[in-house]
Amino acid sequence: MSASTNATERAQARDPAAARRNVCLRLRVNGEELEAYVAPYKTLLEVLREDLGLTGTKHGCELGECGACAVLIDGAPVLSCLELAVQCEERDIQTIEGLARGTELHPLQAAFADLGGSQCGYCTSGMVMTAKALLDADPAPSRERIKEALSGNICRCTGYQQIWESVEEAARVLRAEKSEAKP
Amino acid sequence: MNAPEKPLKTRFDTVGKPRRRVDGRAKTIGQQRFADDLALPRMLHAKLARSPHAHAAIESVDVSRAQAHRGVHLVLTGADFPIPYGIMPVSQDEYPLARERVRFVGDPVAAVIAVDEQTAAEALDLIEVKYRPLPTIASPEEGLAKPEPRIHDYGEQGNIHRNQAYEFGDVEEALARSDHVFEDLFFYEGNTHLPLEQQASLASIEGDGKLLLQTSTQNPHYLHRQLGRVLQMPTAHIRVMAIANGGGFGGKCDPGNHEFVVSKAALVLGRPVKICLTREEVFYQHRGRHPVLMKFRTGVTKDGRLTAMHLQTLLDGGAYGSHGPASTFYTGVLTPVSYELPRFKFEACRVFTNKPACGPKRGHGTPQPRFGQEVQLDKIAHALGLDPAEMRLKMLTKPDSLTASWLRIGSTGLGECIEKAVEMSGWKARRGKLGPGRGLGLACSAYMCGAGVSIYWNKLPHSAVQLLLDRSGQVTVYCGATEIGQGSDDVLAGLTAEALGIDPVSVRVVTGDTGITPIDLGSYSSRVTIMMGNAALQAAARVRDLLANAAAEALDTLPDRIAFSQERVFAVEDAAKSMSFVEAVAAAEAKFGTIASVGSYAPPKPPGKFKGAGVGPSPAYSFTACVLETEVDPATGWVTVPKIWIAHDIGRALNPVLARGQVIGSVYMGLGEALMEEQAFRRLPPKLSSALVHRNPSMLDYKSLTHMDMPEVEVALIEDPDPNCPYGAKEAGQGPLLPVMPALANAIHDAVGVRIDEVPITPDKVLAALAKKAKGEVPRVGPERFPAVPYPEPTFVLPPWEGGDGNELKGRKAA
Repeated sequence: MSASTNATERAQARDPAAARRNVCLRLRVNGEELEAYVAPYKTLLEVLREDLGLTGTKHGCELGECGACAVLIDGAPVLSCLELAVQCEERDIQTIEGLARGTELHPLQAAFADLGGSQCGYCTSGMVMTAKALLDADPAPSRERIKEALSGNICRCTGYQQIWESVEEAARVLRAEKSEAKP
Repeated sequence: MNAPEKPLKTRFDTVGKPRRRVDGRAKTIGQQRFADDLALPRMLHAKLARSPHAHAAIESVDVSRAQAHRGVHLVLTGADFPIPYGIMPVSQDEYPLARERVRFVGDPVAAVIAVDEQTAAEALDLIEVKYRPLPTIASPEEGLAKPEPRIHDYGEQGNIHRNQAYEFGDVEEALARSDHVFEDLFFYEGNTHLPLEQQASLASIEGDGKLLLQTSTQNPHYLHRQLGRVLQMPTAHIRVMAIANGGGFGGKCDPGNHEFVVSKAALVLGRPVKICLTREEVFYQHRGRHPVLMKFRTGVTKDGRLTAMHLQTLLDGGAYGSHGPASTFYTGVLTPVSYELPRFKFEACRVFTNKPACGPKRGHGTPQPRFGQEVQLDKIAHALGLDPAEMRLKMLTKPDSLTASWLRIGSTGLGECIEKAVEMSGWKARRGKLGPGRGLGLACSAYMCGAGVSIYWNKLPHSAVQLLLDRSGQVTVYCGATEIGQGSDDVLAGLTAEALGIDPVSVRVVTGDTGITPIDLGSYSSRVTIMMGNAALQAAARVRDLLANAAAEALDTLPDRIAFSQERVFAVEDAAKSMSFVEAVAAAEAKFGTIASVGSYAPPKPPGKFKGAGVGPSPAYSFTACVLETEVDPATGWVTVPKIWIAHDIGRALNPVLARGQVIGSVYMGLGEALMEEQAFRRLPPKLSSALVHRNPSMLDYKSLTHMDMPEVEVALIEDPDPNCPYGAKEAGQGPLLPVMPALANAIHDAVGVRIDEVPITPDKVLAALAKKAKGEVPRVGPERFPAVPYPEPTFVLPPWEGGDGNELKGRKAA
């Protein structure tokens, strides 16, 4: 339990209305320092979507069961519906909105769009961010490794196969980019 | 209007080429807006209070404390909604908030509109509802046995909602003449859509005072009509925008209670009101797969040809009508489409129970009988010593033929599908030879390309498309069709682009907005590609005529010598005589004024003329064949599926990326149903009101396939263009789901010699069947009895080959 939560609890014990009183949060999202004035009980998911206008991160259950809300915190995939926003200060948060390079799609995004990795698109943000964490750690994952890494992300449309193909294609592109950049 | 536009070209620029879908970019960068992503200034939030009882009379509702809670703006109850609704005209049995009676755990009784969700949720606890619990009905068998208390005061009798019977030729006579008669019982458990997006709706009042509802619906048109009815407003004063759905699968077809609640609240308060259902609430909204008990009596000749079939079904409808009248029909009507069946009798009964209402889920009513039919065929093949693939190949329905039940089959590629699936899987060499615990199973299916008749009776077009061009070369296409992830926007852009010889990316697509777009009936029954597509080609042909006329003048040729390709307009005999598409639009605008057109489509009239002949007919049918490999662990009953091969007769694949995606996605959903998905309930003890509670209303407990469970799927698209379809393209979104469940059951039989005659096929059932086999008992798990259902006297119609004319033959059977 972090200090800030204990402080919130103590404040609530003194004054029950305190739980409703907004707190000022400073979050680093996609490299930008953002400030929001939010209810302390809000999850990172809610703050991203409702207070920072970053609706690219989706929700399918708000109970940590579907993976749609996955974002990267300090490079690791995290379910933003299970994370209190007040615990995310001073941490590096990456969302789907920060992935493209200007108007140019990230290779994962391009592959998902071209190969049918995204149908309705609702799981796509969480899927792509989780896949990004995987490719950051392992530039040439086996198909089994891809399935394992994405196993917490449910997709009801695609049947998953095109997602595996998209991640494999993106991995190829990223490796090629890297080897071109070297010499 | 019935004759679709004949494709003028056979060489395509766009059709058949794998492309990034037009909405692919937005979806992968998080820019695609879904309903819950929308927000408006001064927006309030709604929450629904739901019944804890499965069946109870509402004695009183006291909202005074909730109303007084800080931050609450409005509390609505059943008293605010005197008019019932329902998607089908014959089942208008729902109220946005229950009046007098609740019928399942989760039935909405009141709504709080507050400054935020948290406040609304707090106020829900302050609503005091006095209930008088009533006896509950858990199953159709119980509903038949207990006509009282009635869950609804309408319907056929007691708790029977729909009851119907049809007989095409004298079935008993044909069965008596058959070499063999096989009798089998099957059960298919209910399951739900589980779209990843929870339903969300945002209602607001536009500047002109009219109501705007932005919502995750598959059917904005039907919702629009129901809103007008329930709110007692002219529908022209209501605008429904179907926001791109985060998956539908049929779950967003019915109008939802929440959609009426936020609309009413916005009208009362004059402020935007939003709701997003929780995942648990999505399980209560349901409208998913009906649990169905089935009995097949099927006659065959000794060489394995069908002589007649008597099919009986019993559907667990849940607490409301929903699409039930259609669902009931669909448990029978498509059965004769895939194989020649000289005579067919079909009886179906839907019973109300105190559970969330069942409705349309991908395959609507047909996966259940398809499971039974294809497993029974496998049993017949084994009993007669025939190869299940060969046996099917010998009795396929013929192209351009009629079924005993007066459905017109157009094109069929089922034979090719079977041959392809057999070839890809190595069926002939591998079946029965994979070693202990491993097996192959085969099954086939057929599905509609759109329902031939609208949900409400009318003679109007089923889909309409409007095109608007201007001198900048911009082409905007408007259609009421709804993007639910299946790619309908891409189909619309792709077909328009192909017809005008331009890039799909050049087409601006505006869809699913009753305030702007011409009417399309919605994203259901696999109708969009065919109906919207035919309407789009008609509209495109009309502007193409104008452009060709103007271009011919400028290029000194004849209009019928003008071709459109690669953003250019040219004379076919001399490609040097050409202008850009933009120049052609400008020339046409100069000659004719602003360039616009409309196109519309209605399906051909069904050949059957008897009452009830409207359910089942379709402009075309798609066909599928599937081979599935399985491994069964005899110690645990655990079933794994390493590989699935599937061949789908799609007519023509407009965008192969999307077509393949629909096929694999269907396989995924079918395999989930086959192995694990179940929307099941349990009855609490009497001291807890005997309520029927959902066993697993969460994504963790409702099991669905993850990445780790999904096998590799090899897809073959069989392309035999259907003349009723746009450039020949048939459906792909539902048909490929259907053969997966029976293919699994058949593969398990091949692997370990047991029959699991019910879905889902869980390890406990496999183990139980293996134990029976070890004891020398009949190695089968499945339903043991079919209750006495008071089916009505059947509507008797003679098949086309017995001198019938498609009308009911009164006075029963011919001599």
